[in-house]
Amino acid sequence: MSNHIILPDGSLEKQTTTLNLGPTHPATHGVFQNILEMDGEKILNATSTVGYIHRAFEKIAERRPLYQITPLTDRLNYCSSPINNMGWHIACEKILKISLPKRVDYLRIIIMELARISDHLICNSIVGVDSGAYSGFLYLMQYRELIYEIYEEVCGARLTTNIGRIGGFERNFTDTAFRKLEKFLDEYPKQLKEFENLFSRNRIFMERTMGCGAISAERALNYGFTGPNLRAAGVDYDVRVHTPYSSYQDFDFTIPVGTTGDCYDRFLVRNAEMWQSLSLIKQAYQKVQEFKGAEAEVFHADSPAYYLPPKQDVYTKMEEMIYHFKIVMGEIDMPVGEVYSPVEGANGELGFYLVCDGGRTPYRLHFRRPCFIYYQAFPELIRNGMLSDAIITMSSLNLIAGELDA
Amino acid sequence: MALTNDLVKQALIEKFGDALTDWGEPYDMLTFTAPKELNLKVLQFLYDEETLKFRFLTDLQAVHFPDNQGAELAVVYHLHNLQDNIRLRFKVFTSIDNPEVFSATALYQSANWMERETYDFFGVQFVGHPNLIRILNVEEMDYFPLRKEYPVEDQTRVDKDDEMFGRLHAKNVKNHE
Repeated sequence: MSNHIILPDGSLEKQTTTLNLGPTHPATHGVFQNILEMDGEKILNATSTVGYIHRAFEKIAERRPLYQITPLTDRLNYCSSPINNMGWHIACEKILKISLPKRVDYLRIIIMELARISDHLICNSIVGVDSGAYSGFLYLMQYRELIYEIYEEVCGARLTTNIGRIGGFERNFTDTAFRKLEKFLDEYPKQLKEFENLFSRNRIFMERTMGCGAISAERALNYGFTGPNLRAAGVDYDVRVHTPYSSYQDFDFTIPVGTTGDCYDRFLVRNAEMWQSLSLIKQAYQKVQEFKGAEAEVFHADSPAYYLPPKQDVYTKMEEMIYHFKIVMGEIDMPVGEVYSPVEGANGELGFYLVCDGGRTPYRLHFRRPCFIYYQAFPELIRNGMLSDAIITMSSLNLIAGELDA
Repeated sequence: MALTNDLVKQALIEKFGDALTDWGEPYDMLTFTAPKELNLKVLQFLYDEETLKFRFLTDLQAVHFPDNQGAELAVVYHLHNLQDNIRLRFKVFTSIDNPEVFSATALYQSANWMERETYDFFGVQFVGHPNLIRILNVEEMDYFPLRKEYPVEDQTRVDKDDEMFGRLHAKNVKNHE
């Protein structure tokens, strides 16, 4: 009897193949493992494993003052970190009862909508790449670069932005920032139109994505879907409309919805959202330009106890130095309370559940990460489909490993 | 007539009477506490009742209150009625020695991973969960890291104790004992 190879019981009789997709696979765009049970190329069942880049942000946050938590939120959905930063600032401002001047709200909307565009353009062009069309990705990517240059002008960073402060921005937008924004508003629509022409009525792309990875509205709600993935299934839920924050109620925009909840509808919804975001940015920029005189210089709330003062004043003025010291050394106690503050992240409702016990750090902070919740549906979405459909479904869900694992 | 927090509260009191306590409305969100035996009944009632229709589970997680003898762990539910656009939050408290709470997975698919995460970090045992195993941490882990007795900093450091963070009486942190 040979004892070279010992096969597990039943493996000779087994009719299916077990395939390990991930954790590190170029087509999964992130650290996701799926153990697939396959019959030929058909997926019979899938088991997802997550947690490969878990960094214990919720625990770390319990020992950090509020302003030190902003860099943690960068690393959730790193394709649109400004939205996470702003969402965190808004949660803090709610508990600290800081009210913002309108100009700050509008500047924030410009940044948040730029972030939404940069996130959606990545997701949509990657769906293109995964279905075999690389050129859309190549051409749209230039404009993500331009968006990153705008971030750079505003905060100095590109990917993990740490943009803004509690109470506003650290400095006013420069002329260069506005010039780059104008350039973006001028050039991006043409490029996006071209991208749409390339994809949205393309026979190959349509046949590739229609009916693939579909979910009904009812199942999507039960699975806790939010954001474009829920709207593609036909539910018009958007936090910007349902729970307006940062003065979204002052703007005129529509919420695009799909009907079938498949990859094609998700693609179309994201594309339509990019047009809405462009219109929002235009409106916000117009409103920003309407401020004249001293009002046009406002970029933060008048809240010295929580807003980090400018560095040059810290060195030259007594009061600013005291506040700087108190904030940085963590001498500022927070009010006791509990708040749940949601924002519309690029892939769904990003919620911050903050519990304060009166200390200088959160007693408990929980991030409601949209893709952690909707990734559960992935096995159901790909069951009885082809392996290549699973890849395209995964990219069209816009899963970001950093957000999933927090 | 539009649904308001008061109407929701009224409907819940009519159904459950004094069982629900600790009513509040911080930041315009209706909050209350339910006994842990009733968590599913409350969820089901909020889901089924035609006037309430809280059919979206926004979030589910836990908070550890080590000083709360006999009810150290709070499981927190955030629900959303998408039609009338009303949110609410309720908590159920459970003791840390017997952290059993009924699972909401039969009602909400989304509760599956959220409960696994809560188990992973706090050790709440969800009774009736189909697959209650760790999700973000490694399987071999033998503790529940978000409980307050596990300090995040290096335990030999003295410059970063709780006093630095505005909490003078941190008696439940191990390195203070």
